[in-house]
Amino acid sequence: MWWPGIITEERSVAIVHEFEYLKPKTLKEALHAVAKNRGAMLLAGGTDLVGHLKEGSVAPSLIVDIKGLRELKKIVLKGRILNVGALVTFGELMESRVIQSKFPVLTEIAGKVASVGIRNRATMVGNICSAVPCLDSGPVLLAMDAIIHVKAVRGGRMIPAKKWFLQARKTAIKPGEIVTHVSIPLPEEKGAGCYIKLGRYQGEDLAQASVFVWMGKKGQSRVAFGSVGPTPLRGTRIEKHLKGKKLDPAVLDLAKELVSEEVSPITDIRATKEYRLHMCKIMLERALLSAEARIRGNGPKYGKSLI
Amino acid sequence: MMMKKSISFQLNKEMRTIDVSPNEGLLEMLRDRIGVKSPKCGCDRGDCGTCTVVIDGKTVRSCLVLAIEVDGSELTTLEGVMNQGQINPLQQMFLDKNVFQCGFCAPGMILSATELLEKHPHPTREQVQEGLAGNLCRCTGYTPIIDAVLEHGGCKGGCRE
Repeated sequence: MWWPGIITEERSVAIVHEFEYLKPKTLKEALHAVAKNRGAMLLAGGTDLVGHLKEGSVAPSLIVDIKGLRELKKIVLKGRILNVGALVTFGELMESRVIQSKFPVLTEIAGKVASVGIRNRATMVGNICSAVPCLDSGPVLLAMDAIIHVKAVRGGRMIPAKKWFLQARKTAIKPGEIVTHVSIPLPEEKGAGCYIKLGRYQGEDLAQASVFVWMGKKGQSRVAFGSVGPTPLRGTRIEKHLKGKKLDPAVLDLAKELVSEEVSPITDIRATKEYRLHMCKIMLERALLSAEARIRGNGPKYGKSLI
Repeated sequence: MMMKKSISFQLNKEMRTIDVSPNEGLLEMLRDRIGVKSPKCGCDRGDCGTCTVVIDGKTVRSCLVLAIEVDGSELTTLEGVMNQGQINPLQQMFLDKNVFQCGFCAPGMILSATELLEKHPHPTREQVQEGLAGNLCRCTGYTPIIDAVLEHGGCKGGCRE
């Protein structure tokens, strides 16, 4: 029966699309499953995937739930390389002692992702596989020259973060491949980072713009932006300009001027491009000064809202 | 044809076995097939927190979980945090402070606050705000809810770090 005037919602509670489900016990089994099924999609936290299934924006023939692969749930520091497994959630990143002591800015980033209930489930690797422009994990991985490790039946590949993000929602992963972990090389030089995320309100929101910086004691600096381009963007000109310099007002002013050469924001439902650009400059300045203060030991506590 | 699969899990300390289709959502299974009605469908996209349930000790958005994923897990809903059929001290505090009006957000708020208090038994105002940021309330506003959690944590107005 059809009632005039009743609007049928495009999004409904139920998932209409039908698919098969597999929860492999070993990575090998998972790799064979995705190799055989071109229509297979991987499920880790599912906070993006299940939403997409409900919207009908994806139509996998098979869902491979990788939560049974315990070897992907590890955070390991090997020398100066921090390895984060594909099943590590944002909540686990925040609670990791290793990360709190060796790369605390990653706890700050993880803490800015959505809300507790999402962070308990969502993974960093899932975040970079969804690769939406506003992803929180992008800027840090890009700026720190992280490597994304993928495996397929025939062997593995290591993809640098700067070659990973191709377009909005498009990454360098190929059919049949599974990301096993991400490795972040921690700099030799002592330093500190800072991540500032601009949302429409305090609490959970997607980023309107975000800035990640890392500064070394000896004058190295790394800068990347999120939500102001189709992919996360590295601020290489700003990095060159800042190299070895003290953050005096003139240096900061020029750094802020360079922002418009690094980012390409658009106007959308969350903000205008002018606002995004303006706020990127302000956030860059605050992030740089906060990182510098953190090196000195009198910076803002990690996770504190700076905007 | 999708293959239905039999899954078993603990729901509020009771074992359950049920056949599910791979595309069945956890929230729908709980509400429509098992009849556990405390988790609500609000936004259906993980933003509002009314569908909050606890899986293996952690709050999650049941609207973003497939039912088939909870095979072998321990689930707790608001029904499971009652104390032998009585409301627990946190719930009593909420009641005493009259923090809810319509109550739609209450199950999610209570589960999120419970998780927060397990992690931070004497939370600061910021910790409570952060812990409940993913649970939206559209009527009382957040102040009475946050105040009640703080008072339950032993410090009216918020503990110091």
